[in-house]
Amino acid sequence: MITKRIIPCLDVRNGRVVKGVNFEGLSDVSSPVELGKYYSDNGADELVFYDITASAEGRALFTDILTEVAKTIFIPLTVGGGINTLEDFDRVLKCGADKVSVNSGAIRNPDLITQAAKKYGDQCVVLSADVKRVNGVYRVFAKGGRENTGMEAIRWIKSCVERGAGEVVLNSIDTDGVKGGFDLEMLDAVCNVVNVPVIASGGAGCKEDFITLFNTLPKVDAGLAASIFHFGEVEIADLKKTLQENGINVRL
Amino acid sequence: MIGIIDYGCGNLFSLKSSFEAIGEEVFVSGDAAKLQKADRLVLPGVGAFGDAAHKLKTSGLDRFVKEQAASGKPLMGICLGMQMLFEKSYEYGVHEGLGLLKGQVVPMEGVLSADLKIPHIGWNGLHLMQPDCPLFKNIGEGDHVYFVHSFYAEGCKESLAATAEYGRELTAAVAKGNIFGCQFHPEKSGKIGLAILKAFSEV
Repeated sequence: MITKRIIPCLDVRNGRVVKGVNFEGLSDVSSPVELGKYYSDNGADELVFYDITASAEGRALFTDILTEVAKTIFIPLTVGGGINTLEDFDRVLKCGADKVSVNSGAIRNPDLITQAAKKYGDQCVVLSADVKRVNGVYRVFAKGGRENTGMEAIRWIKSCVERGAGEVVLNSIDTDGVKGGFDLEMLDAVCNVVNVPVIASGGAGCKEDFITLFNTLPKVDAGLAASIFHFGEVEIADLKKTLQENGINVRL
Repeated sequence: MIGIIDYGCGNLFSLKSSFEAIGEEVFVSGDAAKLQKADRLVLPGVGAFGDAAHKLKTSGLDRFVKEQAASGKPLMGICLGMQMLFEKSYEYGVHEGLGLLKGQVVPMEGVLSADLKIPHIGWNGLHLMQPDCPLFKNIGEGDHVYFVHSFYAEGCKESLAATAEYGRELTAAVAKGNIFGCQFHPEKSGKIGLAILKAFSEV
């Protein structure tokens, strides 16, 4: 059967990997090419590459660094950040991406998902949603978590899947960077309304958080994290061994 | 030297990078005269079967691939490229394949139980039906590889080399003589995938 996936995320700015707490206060971590290769060689099931500032700065994603990353890794690669048009899809796919993640671009123009799914297939289109509770309601945020769109998140995610998004990355702004565990409540709400893979993002602080994630929510397909992997607090190979010991099906 | 057949279907960047990473000489071309010089051929492919079969035919490369296969040159189809090795496909209509292997390509929809997501996407373990297949000389039973597909090959008992369990045993790899095929993506399957490509380079 299909394994649960562990996915390190490279948030890239100016060609370097960065990771902020609650998306602010960015600090330099390392070279995306070196980190990507390290992860590809050391048990990561997939790599996500976000040009986190592309959308806020209104420019296209850096494709030269992306090409370098794609050349050195031999696991699936998802790319996002500043994806607004079918031409953007085409450009990053030609650089070696397997899937393309849309966020602000889909909020501005939901039809982007429909068109991309038709042209490249559902499996190629990943919806990335930044979600935060505002007065007890899940709201979708745009531009790297900077702007409240006012849209109700669960309904938004469901509509994107109906348009052809083949996978959902759910980033909880509430738990991101806090390292207190994934946002199980928010994830459960999303899993209940979609029948495509859901990737949990935001909040992982230790190995136990992944065990809790997969044991509590068997419908979640993957766990994504950045800083705990980049700083070596959690080694992916060690994490997967622990998951297996806890009866969770992973690729070793 | 390995020739990757470019007929306008699929992203060949990762495949080429993978062969380079294992130290193999590799080139991408849609020109039969150039591909003729390769000592092994790879037929890649993503997208829809009908469209890919049409492109292969209009480029005249279908005849070339059949000739090369008949001459005994090692040929490996990957993903849709593997599906094209068979006689026909029932992906949105009926389409003729290369007919190098017995079998047909059919949809998962309506065959798999409703709780299984389609496409079959992610890492899955291989059950080796032909453990002595040259492709598997550097890997073992249960090793994981990366799949993305909504259609699968059936009726291919004579070439079936490996399966993957997803509600039922799905065709994962085929091998018969000099003809090989992987439903999964070896170029996206980490060390195991590279080991399979290396084995093909040494067939």
